[in-house]
Amino acid sequence: MSDITTTSAADLSAALHAGDLTSVEVTGAYLDRIAAEDGELGAYLHVDAEAALTAAEAVDAARAAGRELGPLAGVPMALKDVVVTEGVPTTSGSKILEGWRPPYDATLAAKLKAAGTVLLGKTNMDEFAMGSSTENSAYRITRNPWDHSRIPGGSSGGSSAAVAGGLAPWSIGTDTGGSIRQPAAVTGLVGHKPTYGSVSRYGLIAFSSSLDQAGPMTRTVLDAALLHEAIAGHDPYDSTSIDSPVPVLAEAARRGARGDLAGLKVGVVRELGGEGHAEGYEPGVLARFQEAVALLEGMGAEVREVSCPAFDLALPAYYLIAPSEASSNLARFDGVRYGLRVGDDGSRDLDEVMALTREQGFGPEVKRRIILGAYALSAGYYDAYYGQAQKVRTLITRNFAAAYADVDVLVSPTMPTVAFPLGSRVDDPIAMYAADLCTLPASLAGVPAISVPCGLSEGLPVGFQAMAPALGDDRCYRVAAALEAAQDAARGHRLLDELGGRPRPKENTRS
Amino acid sequence: MSTPSPKGHLTRDEVAHLAHLSRLAVSEEELDLFAGQLAAVLDAVAEVGKADVADVAPTTHAVPMTNVMRPDVARPSLPRDVVLAGAPFAEDDRFRVPRILGEEA
Repeated sequence: MSDITTTSAADLSAALHAGDLTSVEVTGAYLDRIAAEDGELGAYLHVDAEAALTAAEAVDAARAAGRELGPLAGVPMALKDVVVTEGVPTTSGSKILEGWRPPYDATLAAKLKAAGTVLLGKTNMDEFAMGSSTENSAYRITRNPWDHSRIPGGSSGGSSAAVAGGLAPWSIGTDTGGSIRQPAAVTGLVGHKPTYGSVSRYGLIAFSSSLDQAGPMTRTVLDAALLHEAIAGHDPYDSTSIDSPVPVLAEAARRGARGDLAGLKVGVVRELGGEGHAEGYEPGVLARFQEAVALLEGMGAEVREVSCPAFDLALPAYYLIAPSEASSNLARFDGVRYGLRVGDDGSRDLDEVMALTREQGFGPEVKRRIILGAYALSAGYYDAYYGQAQKVRTLITRNFAAAYADVDVLVSPTMPTVAFPLGSRVDDPIAMYAADLCTLPASLAGVPAISVPCGLSEGLPVGFQAMAPALGDDRCYRVAAALEAAQDAARGHRLLDELGGRPRPKENTRS
Repeated sequence: MSTPSPKGHLTRDEVAHLAHLSRLAVSEEELDLFAGQLAAVLDAVAEVGKADVADVAPTTHAVPMTNVMRPDVARPSLPRDVVLAGAPFAEDDRFRVPRILGEEA
């Protein structure tokens, strides 16, 4: 088989099952690359090589003893640091949780542990998942494996860099306004945001509870489907969890890869890069997107343009709703039960200690959002801001419902641009927020959406987004797999294979 | 009910007040920085006011569910020592907190 650190998780799983590889070999190969390359790449916040190898040995021993193991047993895994892991440091990218070792596992972490996956480490992220470039991490920047002077996307930028850069076969990200799909798009990966409520949020450090959802970030569509199936399902510990059977996704991906989309109705969203709405979209991104649409058409899909006017207000609605929920959620960081406490010298009271702790423990973007959320929720402004944003959310949901009466999936670019240079938007929150333009509508409506690579623009990956109705995640996988297979066949190799051996300029030299 | 601030009118004093309500001991420099940035953000998000929302109900959640119940079954709590191990300060098997009342209280 090909190199352990570039192959798909599905192929690793097969090789482990067949006995061609051991988990120790696979895990060791990844740990070696992490040791050699993560100092520069910055994908991880925490790696425990010893624990990973111990877990890998246990899987190998169980397999050698003839125990029946699940398909994921022995496959290494990286988790975004927003996922609570028992005994393993978890920070959510924030200094306020530095050194915290949680006393329990998130439901999805427990599921992956029970499935026999081997935890390589916890990946870097924007602090509390607030950001689109991972530059808001309190700890380090993460570089894009395609160009080290550029962002890996965010907020799940450590997860995207790890998988694209060969430092993990696949990873878990979380998506509140696009934080799985956008980093996947800019690093040439597949990233899927499941239907809201279909993956448990128990043990995910909350940012915006009505939007947060965890999902897979992988090298192939099939891998994403397999990982999604492993973490999905009803969880009584999450009261927003949907009580329905785990969806059949890998089969949808395999069927999609056969390339028959006859009868599938695809709606191209005008408001996301279409006529009259292309401002801010790079021509190269739109060109790759249109080529991908043509490929779908070539496989039998019926393509039409669809208008969703309320999508124009998704960005302002999101940047009211998410900060409002965050200002409430982050009140739990009070310096009492876990994490940092500052200024407790006996002279200060609880309020003062709390204010000093939060001042030192939170970074600027988190503070901005807490303040903005407090404002939007305050008496006198609630109706005009938060209340109005919630009504816009209803309008967006209605646009989706109307569109899905006519089409099976809606498609758009995942992000208006390719990865931008590190440092180029950090001082301009509005410019940073624009990176989420295409991903926000699906977040606000709670519908599933996938990003799949659709080629390069200026040498950097472009993402294609497919959105489906709630609980129609299988449609996302079908379309994404068809597109992936058609492109791989035309190209003769995977897009990610073009990453190997390319020069890695430290500085951006383009004008 | 007052009307929202006009464009770009989140003042430095308002930011200071909101920071205090949010228990954030922001510095003078941060107040200057945030007041400018938040005014710009507020301008952008105020766009939601353009939507015609007559007779539109708010959406609080993508999945409409109310009163989700589960069986009332006792299960063990996390071990006390494990939980307290994560606390910044613990004493006598409890979280230790700074005083909550002023000297005169």
